[in-house]
Amino acid sequence: MQTQSSLQSITPVHPDEFGRLHVRPIGFILAAALLCVGVQAEEPASAPDTMAARAQGCSTCHGPNGEGSNDPYFPRIAGKPAGYLFNQLRNFRDGRRSYPPMNYLLAYLHDDYLKEFADYFATQPIIDHAPAMTVSGAGALGQHLALQGDRTRGIPACILCHGPRLTGIEPGIPGLAGLNPRYIAAQLVSWRVGTRRAAEPDCMHSIASRLSEAEIGQVSAWLAAQPLPSPLTPAAMGAWKTPIACGSQP
Amino acid sequence: MNRSAYTAVSTVVATVLLFLAGRTWCAQVEPPAVTHNPNAPQMSRGEYLAHLGDCVACHSKQGGQAFAGGFAIPTPFGTLYSPNITSDKVTGIGSWTADEFYRMLHTGHARDGTLLYPAMPFPAYTKVTREDSDALFGYLHALAPVRQVNRSNELRFPYDNRSLMFGWRVLYFTEGTFEPVPAQSVQFNRGAYLVQGLGHCASCHSTINALGGSSEDSAFAGGLIPLQNWYAPSLTSNQESGLGNWSVSDIAELLKGGTSMRGAVYGPMAEVTHDSLQYLSDDDATAIAVYLKSLLGSRGVVQPPTDDGPSARGALPLAAMSAGRSVYEKRCVSCHRSDGKGMAPAYPPLAGNPSIQMESSVNPLRMVLNGGYPPQTGDNPRPYGMPPFAQVLSDGEVAAVVTYIRGSWGNHGSAVTSLEANAMRAAPLLD
Repeated sequence: MQTQSSLQSITPVHPDEFGRLHVRPIGFILAAALLCVGVQAEEPASAPDTMAARAQGCSTCHGPNGEGSNDPYFPRIAGKPAGYLFNQLRNFRDGRRSYPPMNYLLAYLHDDYLKEFADYFATQPIIDHAPAMTVSGAGALGQHLALQGDRTRGIPACILCHGPRLTGIEPGIPGLAGLNPRYIAAQLVSWRVGTRRAAEPDCMHSIASRLSEAEIGQVSAWLAAQPLPSPLTPAAMGAWKTPIACGSQP
Repeated sequence: MNRSAYTAVSTVVATVLLFLAGRTWCAQVEPPAVTHNPNAPQMSRGEYLAHLGDCVACHSKQGGQAFAGGFAIPTPFGTLYSPNITSDKVTGIGSWTADEFYRMLHTGHARDGTLLYPAMPFPAYTKVTREDSDALFGYLHALAPVRQVNRSNELRFPYDNRSLMFGWRVLYFTEGTFEPVPAQSVQFNRGAYLVQGLGHCASCHSTINALGGSSEDSAFAGGLIPLQNWYAPSLTSNQESGLGNWSVSDIAELLKGGTSMRGAVYGPMAEVTHDSLQYLSDDDATAIAVYLKSLLGSRGVVQPPTDDGPSARGALPLAAMSAGRSVYEKRCVSCHRSDGKGMAPAYPPLAGNPSIQMESSVNPLRMVLNGGYPPQTGDNPRPYGMPPFAQVLSDGEVAAVVTYIRGSWGNHGSAVTSLEANAMRAAPLLD
């Protein structure tokens, strides 16, 4: 009975609808035809004069509005601190951060325009994505490094700069929540080997250089396994004092 | 093989390779620190000429100081390094005289008499007038000196032997001054002077023969830029570059602004516009366009050589066209529209775009794989850009969509294979 009523609820039949069935296909065809005409006519002749239209070059990797995707590597850029995004755009353009597809795209764009991109993506809404992959190896060592650091080796806890909720802080320190472990690990390795550099003092280079490969794997896994805080927006400038001097954070 | 035959063969081989290296040099440059405001109201004649010659592109390394040299050009035969041309008396050209500078541009001899490799485009610069040479020298001499010792080239034997250049020069270098064509307008001759001289356009836009030289007839006929894997389109052939259908203002806008209603610059040409051509005066941009259009008129429509025959251009595989259309409708249509007309100048037209239909499919493949932003210029200060698709499309999908755009809306390019698409994944992006 239960099944029958369910089926009935999705396939309601009324006696008087029988007559309408003859009309519907014609109406449907007409509507479809109009829709097709509409779609053709809707194709604009000129591009919108917006940053969204100009930023289409970023869309296949970072999502239409920078919200990220389920890709296991490319990070979200929406809602990250504008200063952080601007620094990264300049670093890619000038070769301090090496990733050929990005270096290539930005080679002939200037600071004023890169700032517009940074400001645009910083103000785009953050959309939660399902984790792109199952995170494994998020053990105690990773947690210890993220929450306590290792004072004897000069490794501050991640949360001391990136925030207790891992949301980052304006203007220059990005959130770590919601990033893919592969991306986080790749960045730490890049800092260590010098293919990702930042303004001096390059604190992340110093920190990453003190981490072993195993530690990089574990802390990346632990960070990626954390539930997303709400909201994900970075903290206001000055919300906390960072423990070491970083050229990217005034 | 006797000794003289060996020498002759190695000379030919070496000159071919060095010429290829020269072509690579011209295009494979990294952006120097931005030192000039494109909207700068006043610019000395010497500075203007330095822009037209694009000296800074090769004589600066990334992160280094403009004109201080040290730019590395990796080649299969070793690495070349550009010299310091700032006014430093010890490491630059501060102790040169204007006579020595002109002799270098005009004859391809360094100050100490050694023969320059054609990475320095002296075969074009030989046409620069003494007056322009002096203005250029004056500008370089007035630059702040930068003490940076020139790095020695690291060419392997036998390419490290500069005397090999004797053979190359006999075959491919003609010292001379620019000779205006009396029957043509002042504007035409100005354009010709800039294109043939400081602009050194032929360095990339000419077909090279099996010996690594280019004949007068093949000048501006287009060619693949070695190692870069970009195809410099013909500037003469209607079929390959379509300049015959472009208006003078379309060409001038593209050169100076980096974009136009007909298409945008990309790959190595983005750098040329950014570092050099955006500084053109409107008059000079127009003069260049007038001259380039005349190349078609004086030589007729030059058909590029084909290796797949005309029949291959007609019939494109239906399966690939269908698969390509699916990719197009998912990935491309929102900007380039279902009719391929795009939304120019922001999103360039694909229909009737000669860059897409050329015999070589290298450029459209690379655009799909790598995307690109045209350079930011005074005339196009906020460029629109195309995303890369290398990471989301398979080789088969890339080949299919490129086949589709090469064969739709009246375009008449040939089909592209997955293998060709795959080969372009390994093409260098910047270095």
